[in-house]
Formats: sequence, structure tokens, C-alpha cells
Amino acid sequence: MKDTGNYQPYSYFQLMEVSLRELLVEKGIVTEAQVAATVEDMRARSPERGAKVVARAWVDGAFRKKLLENGSRACEELGLDVPALKLVVVENTPEVHNVVVCTLCSCYPRMLLGIPPDWYKSRSYRSRTVREPRTVLEEFGLDLSLDVKIRVHDSTADMRYLVLPMRPAGTESWSEERLASIVTRDCMIGVAIPVLN
Amino acid sequence: MIEALFKPGDRVTVRKAYPLGHIRTPYYIRGHSGVVERICGRFGNPEELAQQRSGEPKQPLYRVRFLQKEVWPEYKGNPDDALEVEIFQHWLE
Repeated sequence: MKDTGNYQPYSYFQLMEVSLRELLVEKGIVTEAQVAATVEDMRARSPERGAKVVARAWVDGAFRKKLLENGSRACEELGLDVPALKLVVVENTPEVHNVVVCTLCSCYPRMLLGIPPDWYKSRSYRSRTVREPRTVLEEFGLDLSLDVKIRVHDSTADMRYLVLPMRPAGTESWSEERLASIVTRDCMIGVAIPVLN
Repeated sequence: MIEALFKPGDRVTVRKAYPLGHIRTPYYIRGHSGVVERICGRFGNPEELAQQRSGEPKQPLYRVRFLQKEVWPEYKGNPDDALEVEIFQHWLE
């Protein structure tokens, strides 16, 4: 469904997508309108959803507890529908830093973070994060002390992972909205930590 | 229903097997031992689902924590650095 301009031929996969979609519509399995609505829905998901969850966990201890116990259920409470998503939220502490990868493909909590960045799907990130996470994090600009334990989460099956970063010092008086503004996508993957602007 | 054979805290070893097909157990972790961190629930067997079969009976799925230094002999970092992987019961012993 990518805009390919006027005169560019379809690539192999684009042609396959068009052919498959047209066949499904012809056979009455889906309608063009349903496909368009689903694409729209996928595009509407953005890391702001995840940031809202993190900010709530920072200000509401009971919510944070629920989120760590059962991520999917806690998100429902915020009105975020997470169908078919078994969300595991992992919490950063002064002792433990978490980072998420999918070595087999690119499993990602799309319902909360939207479409994954290209680097998340790259062979390099996928193969190196499980093997030399400290070097990978350094390349992202995150230099962790040797005292901090790193926990790498390889999302190989039905679970999806979201990192709950630590709330930075100096944000005690901040509103939930302002807190959400410093929670970036990369913080929730675990390759960054929130910084004050 | 397939009963969960392991509980959190149990030490388990990933089978060292190389069957063909759609396998959700990464190569690098086969043959390694770790500790069950939690039981995630029961899910359709992906190896069956990939063949367009029902995936039944559902398999218990575990999150297993491995120590980096045990998985990669040359690993440098904190000795407690860990790697957590989801593994289906039929891959554990």
C-alpha cells in the first residue's frame, strides 16, 4: 500500500501484496474498506500509547503493581485495547536494566509502540543484542556501569515486552502528561533512558 | 490439557535438537540450562500451526532465565547479566 509514484513498477513483494489483497476481496473474504481501516488503525498506533502507560505507572503505585503482574489487563484499564497481546512489563531498577529484542523475527509490542524501527528488525541488532548487549547499548549512547545487571529479553513466542524505565529525579512535581513526554520509544525498548529536556 | 511439568525456580535444559520446520526455539540457546522465571500460560504449538494444523494440544510456555556467561563463554560484563527466552515445554527437559 506504499505510494510508489507514477511510473515505478511494483517490487516483487508489493506485487504479491496487491495480488493477494485483490484475490481476498474477489473471494469476498475481506472488503477494500476493511483493509483500509486496518491499515489506518495500524498507522494510528504510536509510542505515545506506551508512554501513557509508563507515566501512569510512575504516578500510581497500585497501577504499577498491576502492570508488572499482568500487563495486558492493566492496559485495558487505561482504555488501551490489547487483543491477542500478552504483555509482560519489565521494570528497570538501580540494579537491573532491561532490553528487548526478537532474534527470530521482529516481535514487538505494536499495540503500544506502533511500527518497529528498522534497526529493531536488522540482523545486526537481533544477533548482537543477545550476545554483547553492553556494546550494543553503548552504541545507542547508553553506558551502563558494570554494577548494573543487564537482562536481555528475547521475545521468541507469544509474549510481548515493554520496558518500564526509572522515573528520573527532578520530576517529582510533574504532571502525568509532562512525564509521558519524556518517555520515548527507545526507552520502552530499553536502548535508552528518559532524559530531562 | 498438557500439565506444566516445571515451576518457577526449576532448573531446566533446552533440548539440543535440530528438526526442520518453523521452530521458535533459537539455535543459540539449544543445549543450555537455565532457571524457570515464570509460566506464561498455554499456547498453540507454533510448529503445528505453521503446518496449518490446529496447534492443539496447547503447550505450556515458560520464560527461562539463562546466565550470559554460561551461554557465551567469552562474555564480558556483570557475572549476573542474564538472557530470558520464551521456550515451549516440549523443548525443555
